[in-house]
Amino acid sequence: MIPELGQFTLILAMLLAALQAFFGMVGPALKRDRWMAAVIPAVSGQCVMVAASMGCLVASFVANDFSVQYVAENSNSALPVFYRVAAVWGSHSGSLILWIFLLACWSVAAAIGTQKLPKAFASRVLGVLGLISFGFLLYTLATSNPFLRLDPPWPDGESLNPILQDPGLAGHPPVLYTGYVGLAVAFAFAGAAMLEGRLDKDWARWTRPWTTAAWAFLSCGIALGSWWAYYTLGWGGFWFWDPVENASFMPWLMATALIHSLAVTEKRGLFKSWTLLLAVLAFSLSLVGTFLVRSGVLVSVHSFAASPTRGTFILAFLIVMIGSALALYAWRAPLLKSEAGFELTARESFLLFNNILLVTACATVFAGTMAPLISSALNLGKLSVGPPYFNPTFLLSMLPLLALLSLGIHARWKRGKLGERARPLVLTLIAAAVIGCAVVFGLFTGGRVLAPVGITLGAWIILSSLIDPIDRLRRHITIPRAVLGMTLAHIGLGIFVISITSVEGFTAERDVALGPGSTAQLGAYQFLFEGVQPIEGPNYSGVGATVIVTRRGAPVAVMHPEKRQYWVQRTETTASSIKMYYTSNILVALGQDLGEGHWSLRLQVRPLVSFIWLAAFIMAAGGMLAISDRRYRLAPAEEPAISPVGAVTRGQA
Amino acid sequence: MKGRLRFIVPLAVFGLLVVVLAIGIRQSPDKDLIPSPLIGKPAPEFSLPSLTDPSRRVSSEDLHGHWYLFNVWGTWCVSCRAEHEMLLKIKQAGVIPLVGLDWKDDRGDALSFLKDAGNPYQTIAVDRDGSEAIMWGVYGAPETFLVNPQGIVVYKYIGPITQDAWKQQILPRLPPTQSPRGSSS
Repeated sequence: MIPELGQFTLILAMLLAALQAFFGMVGPALKRDRWMAAVIPAVSGQCVMVAASMGCLVASFVANDFSVQYVAENSNSALPVFYRVAAVWGSHSGSLILWIFLLACWSVAAAIGTQKLPKAFASRVLGVLGLISFGFLLYTLATSNPFLRLDPPWPDGESLNPILQDPGLAGHPPVLYTGYVGLAVAFAFAGAAMLEGRLDKDWARWTRPWTTAAWAFLSCGIALGSWWAYYTLGWGGFWFWDPVENASFMPWLMATALIHSLAVTEKRGLFKSWTLLLAVLAFSLSLVGTFLVRSGVLVSVHSFAASPTRGTFILAFLIVMIGSALALYAWRAPLLKSEAGFELTARESFLLFNNILLVTACATVFAGTMAPLISSALNLGKLSVGPPYFNPTFLLSMLPLLALLSLGIHARWKRGKLGERARPLVLTLIAAAVIGCAVVFGLFTGGRVLAPVGITLGAWIILSSLIDPIDRLRRHITIPRAVLGMTLAHIGLGIFVISITSVEGFTAERDVALGPGSTAQLGAYQFLFEGVQPIEGPNYSGVGATVIVTRRGAPVAVMHPEKRQYWVQRTETTASSIKMYYTSNILVALGQDLGEGHWSLRLQVRPLVSFIWLAAFIMAAGGMLAISDRRYRLAPAEEPAISPVGAVTRGQA
Repeated sequence: MKGRLRFIVPLAVFGLLVVVLAIGIRQSPDKDLIPSPLIGKPAPEFSLPSLTDPSRRVSSEDLHGHWYLFNVWGTWCVSCRAEHEMLLKIKQAGVIPLVGLDWKDDRGDALSFLKDAGNPYQTIAVDRDGSEAIMWGVYGAPETFLVNPQGIVVYKYIGPITQDAWKQQILPRLPPTQSPRGSSS
């Protein structure tokens, strides 16, 4: 009964989404006020239906209803309730339901947030969102219905892939999807602007908070996913340039570019068509990412079971959504005129460089992700593209970006003089270089060539970001939240650069074979292997080792790396033990049983690694802080355009 | 680039991308989703204890010289139970012997399951710790490999064998002269 109710509400949701799309887009075109007024009830009704449908799926999982194929294939009775709920998005069909649910939530938020905007524009935004939602609902019902029944029902279900049975995994898709789907709102704003032929500074100001919010969620989601990979995959990597990871990273890069380009469009009326294109591309990339992951054209360690029918459907959907948006762009964008010029060293050019470099980075990631596909499409044989391609090409565009950042945030709009900011900038650069060299050549010995460069750039970004807030504080000028948010996000980036550099440059690693009671040395740390004991978990059994870590004789940690064998799926996973000590991460992973109580162990000391994720959360927090700025709280619809250019204070971006 | 033309570039690039993706989809149905690097290569050599008689060993050498289906299964695997009936039909057809790999299973469970449900296999090798399955690149059970008399893996089927898969994928790959062969265990 419950699964049928879920399916029924899903169909109702699809019909409401169709109404939302129709009234939202046709209403303004024919100037029918009543049609436009019907959009809001359609949005809220759709959200209620989708929520009910999702609730039915969750209920089927919690109740262990193995007559539902999707439940039987993704859950079993031994699974704790928490993971049964998380299993809803553990596989393809359910994660689509989650996607649609989040889109419905964003649509309601957009309906509330656009209330003060001109009616026709708001209605078009919701219309575009309705179209996206309709596409996904149709796709789900036609190719991946999670409510299909099994006859006869299975006595018990299969289990979640054991590496997916983890709080980090349970949590990261909802956050990541919130980010993905949030970009749909920026896309809808761009679509509405193009349909209406209206693209002014107001448009940019309305779009900014939505883009930043989606970007912040995307940052958190990627960080959580990477953190999960770090501690479950058991060998200490945090980023693998896997197609699924790239699928989330490319929209992030585009969204980052979009945030900066929107700033220029809002403040100076420049880059209009470019900003529009970025808004379309950011969401298009999340759709293409979905396609790559779901259609089975690219095989990845993360990918769900895939089928060509689904691929064909998504491709058709891509053509409709992206194709029409880009065609609209080709038609409307030539009409947009930039309002003013700027000098080469003005802030506009730095933001232009920022955009070019971010888009280049995104293009290199895209090329690397697509290369295997293109090569097999042209019958050039199987090709695999990995870190040896991604790392250097990505760095190539990131290094100049980081180097220009400090200059960019202190350059002025329109005219290119650093003025009184030149001195503190040079001073902070010197300080950063000293820190960089001191860390590389003093604290640690050796390291790679890029290590001093990376640390210097990271430190410079942090120090120079502080110049403006400190200056304002000294002169007792209040700092707008938008500026504070930007500063925080840039400091996050600086921390990120430093931590990545130190992890890549200074990680110490050793594979050892140890018997009970024997020790191994790594850096300043000593590892005493006490042996292994059998362990029993709720749905797995395995062995756990005890390793006592000391640093120059002082106890640091007792670590318990495990090797687990999950009963139902009979798969083995390695749960490495990771402990923080000061700023280093100590990692012990249990390897092979070498017989007679001897085991192979992998020991790692990774400096600053936790800061990688912390930095991502700082960046996201910065974004959220910026959104809360008063500027984005909308005055009534007919408010005049943003303050004249001359009155714009330095540092607001 | 000048004038309006440059605004069409994104659309044109997207058009190209669609073509590539469409070709990608068109090619994917012929391939397995998890392409096996083993196809066209010799099957892994093995010598494993037999399930029915632990004192005996099942080795790849004994299997040389005739066609066989190498089926990876386990009593814990629900899809394998679903596949079991089809395996019994294949045994009845007598066209090709089934060699089972009892994967990460409990011996008692496996024997009692075969006693209740019937044993479609000519011989069953036991892979208690899963290391043999790794040699075959097994991703999940059930998976079935078609091996020719030279010991070369000809085909790999992922998931429970269906009537259609048997008729359309496996039978056509066998030589027409493949004579019905006794399949006692």
